[in-house]
Amino acid sequence: MKYLKLLVAALLTLGIVYIGNSKLGPVPPLAKFLNPFTGFWQNAESNAKPNDVQSNLDGLKEDVQVYFDDRLVPHVFAKNDEDLFFMQGYITAKFRLWQMEIQTMSAAGRISEIVGEKALDNDRLNRRIGMGYGAEKAEEFIRKDATSSKLIDAYCKGVNAYIGSLSAKDYPIEYKLLNYAPEEWKPIKVALLLKNMANMLSVFEYDIENHNFVAKYGMEEFRKLYPDFIEEEDPIIPKGTQWNFTGNQHADMNGVITDSTGTLSSISLPSSTLISSIIPKPDEIEGSNNWAVSGSKTKSGKPILCNDPHLHLSLPSIWYEMQLVSPDVNVYGATLPGSPAVIIGFNDSISWGVTNGGRDVRDWYQIKFKDASRDEYEYKGQWLKSEKRVEKYEVRGKGEILDTVVYTKYGPVVYDQNFGEAESRNNLAMSWTAHLPSNEFKTFYLLNRGKNYGDYIKALSYYACPAQNFVFAAASGDIAIKEQGRFPIRDKATEQGKYLSDGSSGKDDWTDFIPYANNPTIENPTRGFVSSANQHPTDTTYPYYYPGVGVYENYRNRMINHLLSENNGIDADFMKQMQNNNYNLNAAEALPVLLSLLDKSNLSKEEQHFLQLLSKWNYYNNPQEIAPVYYEIWWNELRKLLWDEMADKKTPMKQPSFYETVKFLANDSTSPFYDNRQTDAKETRADIVAMSFHRIKDTLAAKEFTEVSEPYETDETYKKDDLNPRDWGTYKDTKIEHLARLDAFSSKHVYNGGNLGVINATNATHGPSWRMIVDFGTLKRYVVYPGGESGNPGSKFYDNMVDTWAKGEYYVAEYLKKGEDLGNKKLFELNFKPSK
Amino acid sequence: MKNFFISFLLILVFSYVLQLFLPWWSMVILTFIVGYSIEQKSYLAFFTGFIAVFILWAGYAYFLSSANDHLLAGKVAELMKALTGGKTSMLFLITGLLGGVAGGLGCLTGSLTAKLRT
Repeated sequence: MKYLKLLVAALLTLGIVYIGNSKLGPVPPLAKFLNPFTGFWQNAESNAKPNDVQSNLDGLKEDVQVYFDDRLVPHVFAKNDEDLFFMQGYITAKFRLWQMEIQTMSAAGRISEIVGEKALDNDRLNRRIGMGYGAEKAEEFIRKDATSSKLIDAYCKGVNAYIGSLSAKDYPIEYKLLNYAPEEWKPIKVALLLKNMANMLSVFEYDIENHNFVAKYGMEEFRKLYPDFIEEEDPIIPKGTQWNFTGNQHADMNGVITDSTGTLSSISLPSSTLISSIIPKPDEIEGSNNWAVSGSKTKSGKPILCNDPHLHLSLPSIWYEMQLVSPDVNVYGATLPGSPAVIIGFNDSISWGVTNGGRDVRDWYQIKFKDASRDEYEYKGQWLKSEKRVEKYEVRGKGEILDTVVYTKYGPVVYDQNFGEAESRNNLAMSWTAHLPSNEFKTFYLLNRGKNYGDYIKALSYYACPAQNFVFAAASGDIAIKEQGRFPIRDKATEQGKYLSDGSSGKDDWTDFIPYANNPTIENPTRGFVSSANQHPTDTTYPYYYPGVGVYENYRNRMINHLLSENNGIDADFMKQMQNNNYNLNAAEALPVLLSLLDKSNLSKEEQHFLQLLSKWNYYNNPQEIAPVYYEIWWNELRKLLWDEMADKKTPMKQPSFYETVKFLANDSTSPFYDNRQTDAKETRADIVAMSFHRIKDTLAAKEFTEVSEPYETDETYKKDDLNPRDWGTYKDTKIEHLARLDAFSSKHVYNGGNLGVINATNATHGPSWRMIVDFGTLKRYVVYPGGESGNPGSKFYDNMVDTWAKGEYYVAEYLKKGEDLGNKKLFELNFKPSK
Repeated sequence: MKNFFISFLLILVFSYVLQLFLPWWSMVILTFIVGYSIEQKSYLAFFTGFIAVFILWAGYAYFLSSANDHLLAGKVAELMKALTGGKTSMLFLITGLLGGVAGGLGCLTGSLTAKLRT
């Protein structure tokens, strides 16, 4: 009996220790997670004011001071550049370690190591598109530049110095939840992070969608719905600007410029088979705005520069705000955790910002292998040897999995017999400019210390992928914008790269690139401002061909250009209002068309009320308005009915742009596309306009959405006290989601205005991820982002800026000069001395 | 009663010190040793280990969380809704119980092992 009791007690004891220390499916190891000594309680950061700390750090050359202001923004003062980048790495890791690591793990296709098999498909995709391959090439290339190499190493040393100082209790809470530990930070991770950004912003090519559409509905319909240019467009380089070069100027991989003439041939698809394999595309466009106004239009007579990149809204935020100071540089702005230097920001001489260029930098080729071994593939009547790269996955709870990716001269065969939709079994290889060697770090390194227009152009000459519109303003008064990226020269006659290409013909290879000097650029235009908002970079006269189906939109650009050309004496307050402008130009153009097409007989009382509100709407997507909710549902439902032909996920096709849709509705009364193929009846334009209007009440009912009061007919942006529980701000329901999609760590029900196609491009999941206004007249810089400096959900600095951001308010950046201190804005400081 | 207080204090103090440097389950070994070395009735041994570690875990968690105005505890309670019903107070209770049961069982096992000698 004694023994039995003992046995039971001993087994129970061992059992609780074992279970308490093991991860059970998605549940963290409970005792490990909940014990107050090493578990999550240790992440419950004290709210007391942190003390100043003095410490020794191995790897530093000289003393470094880091001052934290009242928003926890670090201001790093180093005595040399290596220490500066070391400390950027150290401090970023201190506040954002889990984020920076998980993002590079994702880019490297290694999430299944942490969460198991459910992440395997996405991991495989990331590896099969050659993220690791591209990052390796980038690292190799960066090593050829001594400065870049040295500084990236210093950054990594800083990250590792921080990781090395941690014990298990100090790990960010996400490590404890998922039960793993941070690993060493290697330079390849910096490259991976840049490739991750490139991937996020390179998905706006539609080769396979275009192929499918043409194969199914023919070229004539394709031309109508997907024109390369929009006649009424307002491009980045103003219409009518003269080009001082021809499309015959080419540059090879090394940038050597040559002259040649393209050959003419006609467009042909490699096959008429519909393709189902496709890289998942974001439903909505990740756009951005930037503009700079010259002194001729500002109150102070000095330029003002503005930028707000629209990205997936996440916590921790994609950006980490910093000031970096050494004898060589004093720069402030948004950094990308895991990558050295400031990405968007300013120094005392210049400022710069970015929007996605959206150019097609990814082409797809159909590959014909000789046999099942896939050792050889056809090219110009010959058989070329392929290369194979074996990708190894250490899947948690499952062990090692191997996947062979075949590489051709074009790039990796992303989809083949082992991956993608099984039924089509197409071998699709991808060429992507992110696979070519480049050193984007150097661009940011040089911009950070740039003094003038010449420095800006030189910095950009290192930049290849993804295509970005770099806006620029200098204290001296210059403004400029340039679409920068490495762009293959495309044959206009064959519309090269717009459709799936035949990899065996050799006709659609990338051989030459557009010389960087010939990328769309404009400096100090007579209109007194430059701007970009993901529209076409040029009009049709640009000497080089590029496919125009893609990211391009035609609403925010016209709003921005309208506001900037109509106004003079501009100041920062005007810019703040502009970045938060909620005018919905799409609605202003589409709604009158819809209302004119709507049969207004037979409307229920409720629907008559909708109609009345819509007719009175001022087209502002302000949070307290109600009409935008009705418009949003109507517009979305109408597009679902109208473009049902493109909704089949098995044969992906792109829905025509909002702008083309409005034009189509207004001008085409008889198109076969009006017919909804789900129904037996043959619908007309009027039918689907009415059908979608009737769906407003159904959608509202499904969402238990009932109106409780009249809308405010103002264009003021925010009135929290007058908040209507069922208005646009509530309906839109913006959420800033934790990177691991944990609701408890997300900011939910963020109340603000905006929409897709609106300057304040906030919707449910995307929005301005960083707003910046740099005023060279008052020397004040305004910044805000939807997050906080700390990545710790247990810190009050985790999401402290979200409300300010939602209200359209800003913080003044504490841009310190050497020798200046933060005064009463100082929260605490860290002083580091090199270890003896 | 004297043995109870001695055991209780030994576990409270030394498991605190131990867990500062070693993984959480080091305290199970400690409670085993205390249970083995200080004679008590088995149920009292369990209770001693339980209450000492319960107080230590829940108390220390509360101490840390108070300085944080329970910001993180609230989020974790929501995250582990299935266990806590979204209540922060439940999170302290579960933390205490988990440590307490492990500590109690360790102490009980120690006590039962000691009884083999007699």
